Amino acid sequence: MKQQWEERVVYQRPRALASVSTGYCPGCTHGLIHKLIAEAIDDLGIQETTIAVAPVGCALFLTDYLEVDGVMAAHGRAPAMATGIKRVEPDKVVFTYQGDGDLASIGMAEIVWAAARGENITVFFVNNAIYGMTGGQMAPTSLPGQITTSSPRGRDVETMGMPVRMAELLAGLPGAAYVVRRSVYDARTIKAARQAIRTAFRVQMEGVGFALVEFLSSCPTNWRLNPAQALEWIKEDMEPYYPLGDYKVSDIAKQLQ
Amino acid sequence: MAKGRIVVDEEACKGCELCLPMCPTGLIQMADYYNTKGYRPARLVDPHHRCTGCTLCATICPDAAITVFREVKVRSQNGQSDADTRLSAAA
Repeated sequence: MKQQWEERVVYQRPRALASVSTGYCPGCTHGLIHKLIAEAIDDLGIQETTIAVAPVGCALFLTDYLEVDGVMAAHGRAPAMATGIKRVEPDKVVFTYQGDGDLASIGMAEIVWAAARGENITVFFVNNAIYGMTGGQMAPTSLPGQITTSSPRGRDVETMGMPVRMAELLAGLPGAAYVVRRSVYDARTIKAARQAIRTAFRVQMEGVGFALVEFLSSCPTNWRLNPAQALEWIKEDMEPYYPLGDYKVSDIAKQLQ
Repeated sequence: MAKGRIVVDEEACKGCELCLPMCPTGLIQMADYYNTKGYRPARLVDPHHRCTGCTLCATICPDAAITVFREVKVRSQNGQSDADTRLSAAA
């Protein structure tokens, strides 16, 4: 018995992440969130039983980049489709992956009712405060004064209202079991996001009910910032309006954290 | 201090430079050449072996382009190590 040094792999591409290069812009945190979800799928051993539902937006590419079964839903309708799949296949792990232009605007009714019914699905909500795929138009989640291609003088809250805080809104519904907001702008927040993804999957696997993780994500291209500045913008501008934290964690979900 | 190294998949890297400020020892630089997509890939410049394999650069990489290796102490018997089978099999 003697001691020796051996080189080991301590971090590598998760197996559930397809070995193709994503079509996302450089520095876009969609890729990072995909990676965290793939790591959770690997660690929970649910690659063969997971079904992803991706609706319209940059989020729809998810089905190309995760090595799990996937379907694409109509714009905003991912929670409705996931409801159907989960009810027919209750043993599968069904999750939706939606952007803010999808979940918080055209899909508002579907997400609210999925949460109100307490559907046993997991929702990953990527909030980048803009319509990314279509060229940077104002979204329901765009910040007050935020300049976008459809609000060139900045979001006017007198006529457009204030941005919608989805996590707080959905946490108010009795059916929701686990609703949290996370981000991915530094090592600390990425670690918390990784943990929340695992918990959100486990909440569904234990049959506890509706689980949603909102991510404050970046869109460097449409924010007209470089990737590092975009992460800084999340921290300095988005986080004060969308505070990170746990908005609803039911008693059973607490034991799964 | 453990020794480590990273391997960047240069074709997967999109040159977003998010890994540069993550490295506590500032060992990552952008290459002076381009990959087939037209991006300058990140690479480890570590002549004094200061990389510890802390995985921070790989954690933030949106394209999962970084693989991290670290030297760990293992007890061996007849050349057979008790290495973590999941990691060794995947490597």
